[in-house]
Formats: sequence, structure tokens, C-alpha cells
Amino acid sequence: MAADRSAEIAERVREAAARGTPLIPQGGGTKAFLGEAVAGEPLPLAGHEGIVGYEPTELVITARAGTPLAEVEAALAAQGQMLGFEPPRLGAASTLGGVVAAGLSGPRRPWAGALRDFVLGVRLVNGRGEVLRFGGQVMKNVAGYDLSRLMAGAQGTLGVLLEVSLRVVPRPVREQTRVLALDAAGALERLAGLARRPLPLAGACHVAGRLHLRLAGAAAGVEAAAAEVGGEVMGEAEAAAFWDGVRDLAHPFFRDGEGALWRIALPPAAPPLPLAGEWLLDWGGGQRFLRSAEPAGRIREVAAAAGGHATRLSGPAAGVTVFHPLPEPILRLHRRLKAALDPHGILNPGRLYPGL
Amino acid sequence: MDGGADRTARRRARAVAETLARRLGGGCVLTDPEALRPYECDGLSAYRALPAAVVLPRSREEVREVVRACAEAGVPLVPRGAGTSLSGGAVPHPEGIVLSLARMNRVLEVDVRNRVARVEPGVRNLAVTEAAAPYGLYYAPDPSSQVTCTIGGNVAENAGGVHCLKYGLTVHNVVGVEMVTVEGEFVRLGGVAPDAPGYDLLALLIGSEGMLGVVTEATVRLLPRPVCARVLLAAFDDIPTAGEAVSRIIAAGIIPGGLEMMDGPAIRAAEDFVHAGYPVDAAAILLCELDGTPEEVEEDIGRVRAILEDCGAREVRLARDERERALFWSGRKNAFPAVGRISPDYYCMDGTIPRRALARVLEGIARLSEAYGLAVVNVFHAGDGNLHPLILYDANRPGELERTEELGLRILELCVEAGGTITGEHGVGLEKLPAMCVQFTREEIAQFHAVKEAFDPGRILNPDKAIPTLARCAELGGMHVRGGRLPFPDLERF
Ligand SMILES: Cc1cc2nc3c(=O)[nH]c(=O)nc-3n(C[C@H](O)[C@H](O)[C@H](O)COP(=O)(O)OP(=O)(O)OC[C@H]3O[C@@H](n4cnc5c(N)ncnc54)[C@H](O)[C@@H]3O)c2cc1C
Ligand SMILES: Cc1cc2nc3c(=O)[nH]c(=O)nc-3n(C[C@H](O)[C@H](O)[C@H](O)COP(=O)(O)OP(=O)(O)OC[C@H]3O[C@@H](n4cnc5c(N)ncnc54)[C@H](O)[C@@H]3O)c2cc1C
Repeated sequence: MAADRSAEIAERVREAAARGTPLIPQGGGTKAFLGEAVAGEPLPLAGHEGIVGYEPTELVITARAGTPLAEVEAALAAQGQMLGFEPPRLGAASTLGGVVAAGLSGPRRPWAGALRDFVLGVRLVNGRGEVLRFGGQVMKNVAGYDLSRLMAGAQGTLGVLLEVSLRVVPRPVREQTRVLALDAAGALERLAGLARRPLPLAGACHVAGRLHLRLAGAAAGVEAAAAEVGGEVMGEAEAAAFWDGVRDLAHPFFRDGEGALWRIALPPAAPPLPLAGEWLLDWGGGQRFLRSAEPAGRIREVAAAAGGHATRLSGPAAGVTVFHPLPEPILRLHRRLKAALDPHGILNPGRLYPGL
Repeated sequence: MDGGADRTARRRARAVAETLARRLGGGCVLTDPEALRPYECDGLSAYRALPAAVVLPRSREEVREVVRACAEAGVPLVPRGAGTSLSGGAVPHPEGIVLSLARMNRVLEVDVRNRVARVEPGVRNLAVTEAAAPYGLYYAPDPSSQVTCTIGGNVAENAGGVHCLKYGLTVHNVVGVEMVTVEGEFVRLGGVAPDAPGYDLLALLIGSEGMLGVVTEATVRLLPRPVCARVLLAAFDDIPTAGEAVSRIIAAGIIPGGLEMMDGPAIRAAEDFVHAGYPVDAAAILLCELDGTPEEVEEDIGRVRAILEDCGAREVRLARDERERALFWSGRKNAFPAVGRISPDYYCMDGTIPRRALARVLEGIARLSEAYGLAVVNVFHAGDGNLHPLILYDANRPGELERTEELGLRILELCVEAGGTITGEHGVGLEKLPAMCVQFTREEIAQFHAVKEAFDPGRILNPDKAIPTLARCAELGGMHVRGGRLPFPDLERF
């Protein structure tokens, strides 16, 4: 049932703040693996849903945080539009608030932008139980500090999202996926070469000895680019299934295999890393998934040496944090910022880092 | 402002400047009033103050030294790029030091494989594109001030430009920053590897108007230069029709590289100045640039032309070649100086509205303009609803500046009422402090102060800018418009 539960949610937070009880904002319950375990009372967002504003000519959609992602995507598709960052749909129950709080983006990210690049505004409850609005529904807005984009990826530790406004994009007229047989090093080399060309790329993923390039845009532009990148055309249905699989972490690579699953973010052109295991390279090399039995410490060291960082996607494990450790001065800024928004430390405490 | 400066505080700032002069070398520190004069204001000359000193470091380490010295002594520090801010963001603090990043103007690296450039904060926006050009790359955000303004200033203001509808603002194109915290530590936010762990402090820093840290280096994204760009010029007999055309283009799924509008007075001022061949009797013109591969551009031109004609444009011209394309744009790009020729002074506003409210807000502006007896010229980024009404006035007429400012505030109220914002790209600075009280509640402003406190507990970094004190909002009557609900909606507002 679509309803506005803002007042009730704010009241819950005020109460919890007064008692000092931690709360766990809950969307669809699909991303528990994406953070440290939190002890606290669930704060369900279920029922706080509904699209409150969507004007296709404005390229903006505004919806309550508990709105299922599927509902948002269906509304956009009906108007020939979509979320440009292609958020992973980790389950049918995913909610818009959970998507924004998790801050994950899909295969289109290097060319279209990350989730946070599409956040225009939010309404939230801070840890004092105050209902606040930051940003808005327009593309350009620099009034006050940008606390709305800060919520992307903060995993509900800085505020409970009530409402989110996102910029949307038109669906491309034409899409085509090309496949090239290359090893990982060869694929990275090829991608570095293509990076300088103004091609309508919308996906570049290497797995199992094959580089998949998705082209999207005006029909004529896609055809010209296809001729330039070469390779073989992938059938439309097969291509759609492939990109959905990568996007939703549902490709066989994510399901089968030994060892822990890691997500390593790197400068895209970084050469293959000396870590044993199975690899899937997405984002033209900027996001690499690794299934490996290597010790966490070594994985993080190698990633950092290459200019990147590693997240453990298999969920928390003894002695291994989910997220890459932060340098001390940055951690200090994080703690103070957390205190500025959630002075009683009741919002998902410890979900990201100890004390956050 | 000078006269009000607290003597002891100013003396303290002088003492810090002397220490810095000893450590960094005398050439890096200016204290002579004549030498300070060029720094007393930025692009908004209505606000002025002489700082106690100006320091011009040459390296990141020197920047850190300046920050540490000021933090220790509790001396206000105002970072400054090229001083082109139009909201008074870089106006000195009378009891403080201006930290000019102008000497830190090197492009440190163009990393072609990762398509990024690492630059010092004082590098001019256009210089980044020049450095990337040999590799077929460019830096997309192109504020009209790009010849002069610096990347550090762009980061602080989240600057945008003609291209930002399609390619985004500074926040979308800067991937990493090194800054000095008020504790005098270097921290790196973001980076070439996507999605840095933890909070998105980079997003928070961008647009924070020099109040959270001093940027010592930026890593910016470079894009392949589109092979082809062509521009259409459409003339309209009335503004609502032009506004409608904007909506229809976007609804058709076309995101132009640039989509700009000028109203009648702007067209005539620009035409007199640059002779771009604009139709001077039109009520509005739209410039729509399409870029991409030649095939894409060809396809889009056909579609846009059909929409414009269908909407009732009375004339649609396609620039025949590069020369004509530059000519079409020259009028738009020179619109501000062109207006400068027809009026002794002008005051540039900067609000954003949802595109669908374009006609309504422009009508509202016209009504206000008449009521205040001050002409308003409109040149703006139509594609993203970012308006730049230019209020024409004469500073030499007593009271006219005050009336201009009041009219400006009324225009911003209109923007907020329409569901928009008080600043799209120029920032709040000193100028828009009153308008902040229109857009935000007490609690929201208090939250901003708490965030500032988290980064700068001693409040030495560009203090008293961008976020008004609650007392100030109370003084202004705490005017708060939201969701179209004005307090006392039926009272005349002028
Ligand atoms: C009854 C119950 C009890 C649970 N107890 C625990 C427990 O004690 N410890 C534990 O680790 N897990 C517990 N879980 C799992 C918990 O739901 C997840 O760890 C986590 O909250 C993921 O949330 P989500 O998947 O529902 O939200 P998603 O929609 O997947 O959201 C992902 C992240 O965003 C946050 N989030 C979601 N919506 C919003 C919003 N609107 N505003 C701000 N942040 C938001 C979530 O808190 C989470 O951090 C419990 C689940 C249930 C159903
Ligand atoms: C004719 C004209 C046209 C313009 N057109 C546009 C436009 O199209 N789009 C647009 O967005 N803006 C435009 N502007 C406004 C202005 O150019 C931009 O805001 C620009 O980003 C300011 O850069 P600057 O280097 O001049 O910064 P300054 O004016 O020197 O400073 C601006 C702010 O940045 C802070 N700052 C500067 N350097 C640093 C640093 N290294 N670290 C931390 N803080 C720092 C200052 O403290 C101040 O708050 C225009 C201005 C003029 C005069």
C-alpha cells in the first residue's frame, strides 16, 4: 500500500535517539551481505512507498524510499526512460532507499555515471529524528553542502532516507553487443586503446576469455562503432541476459566457484593483478570481481598497491572487514561527520566501520 | 567592512603573515595595502574587504604551512583561485589572510590510458583541455569564465557550463581531490579507482565553497572529443513556445550537448556587440548543439528540426560550417559583456527551476521587473533550467543597488516557489546568505553548521560564507517558501 509514513518513521528515530537504541533501516532485506553485522531494532521502510513525482520531460523521478525498485523501473520503461546507472537488482524486494543507501552501480557506470551522479535530492530523517531536505529536483543546485549525494553508499548510517529524487535518462534507440576472444591482459590493452575514441560504449566486461562490448545510442552511431570495434555480434536475447547477469551479480561467475568473492576497484588501465583465482572484469577494467582463496590481507595489499581498494562481498568473516580500511585522517573525518548527523550513534552503527 | 575590523584580530593575522614571510620567502606574502587592493573583491564587486595579508604558496607543502599557521593562531583563511566567483565567495575576511592558489598552476600528469589528468588547483579550466587536446581528449565542464577560472575554484563552486546538461557539472567530472584539512593534514578523497570506500566526502567537498578544506590537487576525468558538433538556431515569437520546444526535445530522448535560450533584449544586445546575424525581432532564440559521431548528429539534427518546426519556430537555421557555428555561439558566450555595454551595471542572478515552469517564472520575472522599474535581461541554460536573469541598474543612483538586490531576492523566491533553487552554479558566497533562509529550514541550516563544525571546528576556513547564521535568518523573518507554499500567499510581494 502506497502511503507516506514519514511522521511515524521520524517519531521512531526520535524515540530511539532518546533511548540510545540502534536502528537498522530495512528496505527489502536483499543486501545484508554488503556490510558488517549490526545489532539493533529493525526499522522497516515497507509501506512507505509510492512514486510522488515523475514528469518525463523533466528527466526526474521522485519516490518514497520503500518503493520497490521494480516499480520505479517499470514506470520509467513505460516512458522510454531508465536509471542510467543500472543499479544491481539483488532481489525482487530491493527498494529505492536501499539502492541509494547501498550506492551500487551497474555496467553502464564508467560512461553514464555512478548512482551518486544521478542523485538530485533527498528527504531524510537524521539521527536526531529531524526531517530534512537537501538538494532538490533540478539538475543544477549548489545551495548549501551537498548532503544528498553523501547519502549514496552511506548505508543508512547518516540518515534514514524518506524520499529520493533521481535524474533519469532516455533509453538508447539501439543497442548491440560485440564479443572479442581475448585474454584479460589483451582485453585491458584493447580497452585502453578504445578509451580515446568517442565511441557510444555502454558496457565493457571481460569474463572467461571473452571481452563483451555493449554499444548503445542512435542507430547509425551504434552501427558505425560496431564496425570499428569488430568482433562478433551477440544475439539480442543472449546479450540482454548477459548484461543482466553482470548487473545483478547473477552471472554463473558469481554463483559457482570456490573461495570468497571480492570486488576490487582499480584505475581501469591497471594491468591484471597477481592474485590467484577466477576473475570477471567489468567497467572497462575499473571494477574487477575476484573469487579467490588468497588471504584478505594480501588481496587488500595488492589492490592498494595498484591504486585501488577491495570489498569482501561474501559477507563478514572472522577477522576480515567487509570494507577496505580507511587512512586515519579520513577515518577521523568520517567519525566527526557521523556525529554531526547522528550524534547518538543510533543509525546502523558499525555497518561500515567500527563506530560508523 | 574595513573600518569594522577588530584591531587585535587584524594584528594577529599580520603576525602570522610575518612568520609565513620568513618561512616561505618575502615574495610569497603581500601586506602592502596597494598590493592587497587587487584582492579586495571577486567577480561580484559590490562586496569588498581588504585582507590583513595575501599569501601565494608555490607548493602543496607551503599550502599546508599556511593552513597550519592560520589554524594555530585562529586566523581566518580565505582560499582564492582566479577570483571570478559571482557570489562573493572569495571576498577576503578583514581580519584574515587570503590564500591565493594562483602560483600552483601546473598540469602534473595527463594519464591517457585512464583518461584522467592530475592538476594543481590554480590551473585554469581551459588549460586542462589544452593539455589534453594532443590526445584527442578534453575536460567537459566549460563555465563561460573558463579562460580565467581555476579548477580549485570550480571544485569549490561545483561549476557548470553550456555542456553540463549532457556531460554533467564539476561533481561529475572530478574523480579525486587532494586537500589539506584544517588540522594541516593531506587527505585524498575519491581517486582514479571508482567508488572510494567510506562516505563520499568528495561529493560533499565539491560545491562547499572553500569552507571544508583547501584543495591542493585535483584529478579530473577527460572525455574523447566528439568528432562532430553542429548547432541549430531557432527563433520564436514568444517565450512559452520556446520553453515548450525545450521540453519536447528532451521528451523525445535527445540530450543536446548544449541547449541555451536568450530573450529579446539579450538577442539585441548580443547582436549589437558581435553581429552574429541573430533575428533581432524575435522574442526568444534557442541554440541547440548536437554532438557525437557524424551519423548520430545527422540523425538528431533531423529529429530536432522537426520538433522545432512542429512547435512553431518561425525560423530554424543550421550552422553551415565551423565558422558559422562559432558565430552562433559567440553571441551567447558574449551575452554578459554585451549587456555590460547597454547598462552601467548589471547584477547576475543564478537560480534553477524545473523546465516546465520556464514560461511561468519568466512571466513572473517580467512582472517584478516592471514593478521595480529595473530592466531584466534573460540569457540562460534552458536545457537544465538554470536561469541567469541580469538585472540592469546604475550603482551611482542612490538606493538603486539596494532595490536591485531586493528584486534579485524576489526572483530567487520565485525559483524556490516553482520547485527550484537559489543557485545553480555560482554558489551562495556572501551574496545569497539571505536567500538561503528562503530555501532551508532552521533545522537544515543547523545541520549544515554541524557539518562545517566536523571539518573545521575553529571556523577558520572561509568563515561566514555560504551558510547563514540562524540569527541572520531570524532577522530576515525566517522567510521560508517550500513546495510552492509561500507564507501569506495572497499578500503582494513587491
Ligand atoms: C527482522 C530482521 C532482523 C534483522 N536483524 C539483523 C541484525 O541484527 N543484524 C544484521 O546484520 N542484520 C539483521 N537483519 C538483516 C538486515 O536487514 C540487513 O543487514 C540490512 O539492514 C540490509 O537491509 P535491506 O537489505 O533490507 O535493505 P536494502 O534495501 O538491501 O538496503 C541496504 C542498506 O541500506 C540501508 N537502507 C535501506 N533502506 C534505507 C533507507 N530508506 N534509508 C537509509 N538506509 C536504508 C540498510 O540499512 C542497509 O544498510 C535483520 C533482518 C530482519 C528482517
Ligand atoms: C563572466 C563570468 C562567467 C561565468 N560563467 C560561469 C558559468 O558558466 N558557470 C559557472 O559555474 N560559473 C561561472 N562563473 C562563476 C565562476 O567563474 C566560477 O564559480 C568559478 O568556478 C570560480 O573559479 P575561481 O578560480 O575564479 O574561484 P574564486 O572566485 O577565486 O573562488 C571561488 C570559491 O572557491 C574557493 N576556492 C578557490 N580555490 C580553492 C581551493 N584551491 N580550495 C578550496 N577552495 C577554493 C574560494 O574560497 C571561493 O569560495 C562565471 C564568472 C564570470 C565572471
